[in-house]
Amino acid sequence: MDPKQQGDPAAGSLDEQIEAWRSHLRRSRAIAGSDAEELEDHLREQIATLGEHGLTDDEAFLVAVKRMGAINALTREFAREHSDRLWKQLVLAGDGAGEGGSEAPSAYGSRRMWVALALAVAAGVAIKIPGFFGIPFDPDASLFYPVNMAFFTLPFIAAYFAWERPLSTSSRLWTAGAFVLAAVVINAFPFSLAPAGEADTLILSMLHLPISLWLIVGMAYVGGWWPGNERRMDFIRFTGELFIYYVLIALGGGVLIGLTFALFEAIGVDVEPLVQGWVVPCGVAGAAVVATWLVEAKQSVIENMAPVLARIFIPLFALVLLAFVLTMAATGRGIDVEREILIAVDLLLVVVFGLLLYSISARDPLAPPGLFDWLQLTLVGTALLVDVLALWAIGARISGMGWTPNRFSALGMNVVLLINLAGSALLYARFLRGRVVFSRLWAWQMTYVYVIAGWAAVVAFFFPVLFGFR
Amino acid sequence: MSINKDLVAASSTPLVLAILFEGDSYGYAILQRVRELSGGALEWTDGMLYPVLHRLEKAGLVESRWEKAETGRRRKYYRVTAAGREQLAEERRQWRTVDDTLRKVWSALSEAAHGDAGPVPFPQWS
Repeated sequence: MDPKQQGDPAAGSLDEQIEAWRSHLRRSRAIAGSDAEELEDHLREQIATLGEHGLTDDEAFLVAVKRMGAINALTREFAREHSDRLWKQLVLAGDGAGEGGSEAPSAYGSRRMWVALALAVAAGVAIKIPGFFGIPFDPDASLFYPVNMAFFTLPFIAAYFAWERPLSTSSRLWTAGAFVLAAVVINAFPFSLAPAGEADTLILSMLHLPISLWLIVGMAYVGGWWPGNERRMDFIRFTGELFIYYVLIALGGGVLIGLTFALFEAIGVDVEPLVQGWVVPCGVAGAAVVATWLVEAKQSVIENMAPVLARIFIPLFALVLLAFVLTMAATGRGIDVEREILIAVDLLLVVVFGLLLYSISARDPLAPPGLFDWLQLTLVGTALLVDVLALWAIGARISGMGWTPNRFSALGMNVVLLINLAGSALLYARFLRGRVVFSRLWAWQMTYVYVIAGWAAVVAFFFPVLFGFR
Repeated sequence: MSINKDLVAASSTPLVLAILFEGDSYGYAILQRVRELSGGALEWTDGMLYPVLHRLEKAGLVESRWEKAETGRRRKYYRVTAAGREQLAEERRQWRTVDDTLRKVWSALSEAAHGDAGPVPFPQWS
């Protein structure tokens, strides 16, 4: 700062004034950091010239800012010229997404990309290694792949976090140990394919194993067993985005494979063995790691999709459920008890649970209750009603149908979700009446994550033993 | 005298290119030069020069580099490229055509005003 202006009380603040003006400019995403610097240089030069003509710093600042033009008009002009900046840009190898343009991608960002790609390749290779020892990929010939599918993807995702996060050595060992233990136990189980192809406990175990192992991934993600609810919620958000990215990558992969077939068929070359044996398994395993890295790299760049989808579908599902309950009441029809009814109701509860979870994950906990909250409560309430009606209908006959592993696990899942949704409904109702703060609902859901993972572990590890691996 | 906004906008490209053709320069100096050349008649809002410069840069007509100015701050200098020089020649040809046409019609107007037609202020359509 120019020392000759010391006497002026406002003089020392020229830098501050310029800083304020600059931060005002930077509020528009259309003006990048380097643009603001260029404009600031102009402003300072203008002020210096005006100072030579005898204006004080304050006067010069006012005149210079006035000449620069209104900030609104300026940002509008920049936005017209740089409309691309208003769209968040995908800078794959960099952290500098917010700084637009000239900044070089950071070395750390590109290292993360390479580690993720290396882990994806490792997952792709890992899934092929058993094949070299003569274990067929075909589930009819060997149970190895169906049983171990989760171990070809989840440990690599966890490994990425273990590398990327400042995890303590003991957390790393715990994570690795948990995977190894789970793999040893599952592979020690004497699953067998019954002649009729009935392998209930095997299928149940396969379905529930990833859910329980996901908790271990979560441990690596949040960096410990008992993090705060914020970190757990981050992991839930991550899970939703990962799912969406994975589905999108899978769709792209499907197009790629379809085109591969079509192209090679045109020249009369059969690529099916190659695609089935290599592209599909390696792609399935590798894509999970790539999706993980994408979600992590893009979390601030692309709008989170899961909450958006939840918001769109909550009113629609609420409407359908309400219509269903009203139709039942009006026509007097009861629920037809069939074998699949429990599964269908379970799926309904899972969907409602997911909608609720992702909707509250994006809700400002401090916002007052609104119309949407009522909608959500309606959704949860009607889902509970449908569930209770279905259980009522089943209840009378379930003992007569016999306790198969499938029915037992479906009922267990139903109870687990029922308790969760009932608790959520209660908390929601109390929140709407101003009795509790919204974050209580968060805490409830986040603690419940352990219950769900625990139940999945029970089905994955104890059901086979309980039902004699049939 | 203030110049119509559209005219200012239309003339900004050739003006900036021509000033940069004289030598590499930066925003503030370019504006000073515009003021000097137009005798203050061509008033630009200072900030508006920069989107113009960025547009020209994106079109490949000028290129920029950061340099340390004598004040110690970083300053962005612009230089006209080969494509920019071509564009300048093209602009020049177009503006000359417009200028020539206007000149002709101005002189026709003044001849009509000072000629034998007496008080008729406008040329007659015949």
